[in-house]
Amino acid sequence: MAEIVEPTIFELSSPGRRGVTMPASDVPTVDLPPKHLLRSELPLPELAEVDVVRHYMKLSSFNYSVDSGFYPLGSCTMKYNPKINEDTCRLPGFLFTHPLQPIETVQGNLALMYEMQEWLKEISGFAGVTLQPAAGAHGEFTGVLMMAAYHKLRGDTKRTKMLIPDAAHGTNPASVGMLGFTVVTIPSDSRGNVDLEKLKAACDDTVVGMMLTNPNTLGMFDEHIEEVVKLVKDCGGLMYGDGANLNALLGIVRPGDLGFDVMHFNLHKTFAVPHGGGGPGSGPVGVSQRLADFLPSPLVGIIEEGDDETAPLYGFVTPKNSIGRMKAFHGHFGGGLVRSYTYILMHGPDGLKDIAQYAVLNANYLQARLRGTYHIPYDRICMHEFVMEGKFEGSDVRALDISKRLMDYNFHPPTNYFPLIVPEALMIEPTETENKDTLDRFADALIKIAEEAKSQPDLLHNAPITTKFGRMDEVKAARELVLCCWLPENYEEMV
Amino acid sequence: MNTPSNLKYAKSDEWFDPATGAVGISDYAQNQLSDIVFVEILVDEGEEVTVGKAIASVESVKASSEIYAPAAGKVGAVNKGLSDKPETLNSDPYGEGWMIKIEGGAMGDVMDAAEYEKYCEGRAH
Repeated sequence: MAEIVEPTIFELSSPGRRGVTMPASDVPTVDLPPKHLLRSELPLPELAEVDVVRHYMKLSSFNYSVDSGFYPLGSCTMKYNPKINEDTCRLPGFLFTHPLQPIETVQGNLALMYEMQEWLKEISGFAGVTLQPAAGAHGEFTGVLMMAAYHKLRGDTKRTKMLIPDAAHGTNPASVGMLGFTVVTIPSDSRGNVDLEKLKAACDDTVVGMMLTNPNTLGMFDEHIEEVVKLVKDCGGLMYGDGANLNALLGIVRPGDLGFDVMHFNLHKTFAVPHGGGGPGSGPVGVSQRLADFLPSPLVGIIEEGDDETAPLYGFVTPKNSIGRMKAFHGHFGGGLVRSYTYILMHGPDGLKDIAQYAVLNANYLQARLRGTYHIPYDRICMHEFVMEGKFEGSDVRALDISKRLMDYNFHPPTNYFPLIVPEALMIEPTETENKDTLDRFADALIKIAEEAKSQPDLLHNAPITTKFGRMDEVKAARELVLCCWLPENYEEMV
Repeated sequence: MNTPSNLKYAKSDEWFDPATGAVGISDYAQNQLSDIVFVEILVDEGEEVTVGKAIASVESVKASSEIYAPAAGKVGAVNKGLSDKPETLNSDPYGEGWMIKIEGGAMGDVMDAAEYEKYCEGRAH
């Protein structure tokens, strides 16, 4: 195990060091609040600018990102994010605007948002789109709120059950739970589809709807998707599509055409917004005609039509039965919308279709190279990702060991232990942005690791050995929680 | 795999002791979950439970899962110390790792030890 290679910024602090010199005040001074409301000390680190820069440069060099290597983290679509997106979202006209400006002064921003709504409608086959939700799970919650509002307006109040397949992302039942609905889990069949018989048995007049990810987290396109949609609709339920895996369908299948009523987009996955470090996400939601009146407000609309001479006037509109605001302002404008707008504009319709096709091709290529070395429980043509088992007959090597060993080969590990229906799951999503050389190096490493698992299993148990830090003790970290924080001196009195 | 023959087992990997009404998770389940780091009993003494009701939530470094009542009846006792020592579920799933006791104990759809072993083997790919 390497020694601690960099102290914390607080440990680097030395009293009196400073990075900036404050100028003399040129505004009127005011009295401080009463003394009992003030802290006598504020232990912020004191450093020179150069020390701060070197500290964070060093930390960033420990990081692994999609800019430094292959990142096949299944379900996250860690594609390379073109740098032109960074330029456009920093254009001064976008950067230096405020959401409370009069609409006449931000027509460019509104035009971009209006077009983004229109494009997402065209891409997904939906009748309306809101750009507000901050990220995927927020989009789910927005969608489920609209489903609830739809049933409520019709007086159909006995509907309390949401059907969710066992392969679903954990956010689906969580979003449903936030509305107080009951989750009914629908098992998958042996080919990784929704089990139709089990679905049939669960469909009745208490069903709010179904939340389905298609392709699902096994990377499988449901072979009975039309029957699934029909069963749910025949019992009066609505179909929610989890758009997490939309990357596999771009330009080929439109969820709206399949009969879905509502779906969230993960702009940060599908349309190349950097993510994985906690944001920014962006989770617009598309809806069919029957939910369009329930969309959050405001939407961007055309308030005055333009003509050949004049541009239209863009502004805000409120749908008739709107569920209201889902976010203080208008969604993640620069971080999510401008970047995604750029990406869509740059690719065009044919380019978007290429994305889906190459994402599927790459996943199938890797699956084909690893078939035989690793057991693939749902073994058929996959979509943008596939799931294999990280274990071998007669060996105590587990998926976690394989993932840690991959770090020694300088790859980011795939997703571990998800979906839950595959034991020792390794979920691999190469995305369309990787070339064949990278895919081959990754497959070679995994094949080598499978040999190592037999010949020198301890190499895997102790991995990684070439990284700055070795194997973390995840059990200790989870069992012995130590919260390290600074408390004000009068903390006892405050609580 | 350790499957005591005096116990009954549910498909969702809970064991039930018809003699004492005790409920826990099987050795197979704790092994699949790996190191358990958190357990929370979701029902109180005196509460009525139905078959399939979530009675506890268990988290390991790999996954979190709900534990369901394999029998119906009144909760006679809750193993209160368990949440401080979740690792007991790994080390002694059939002893100190018991979760609750159900009085009345009308069993749901459960298997005997031999059936359960066969069921588990069928799940290992």
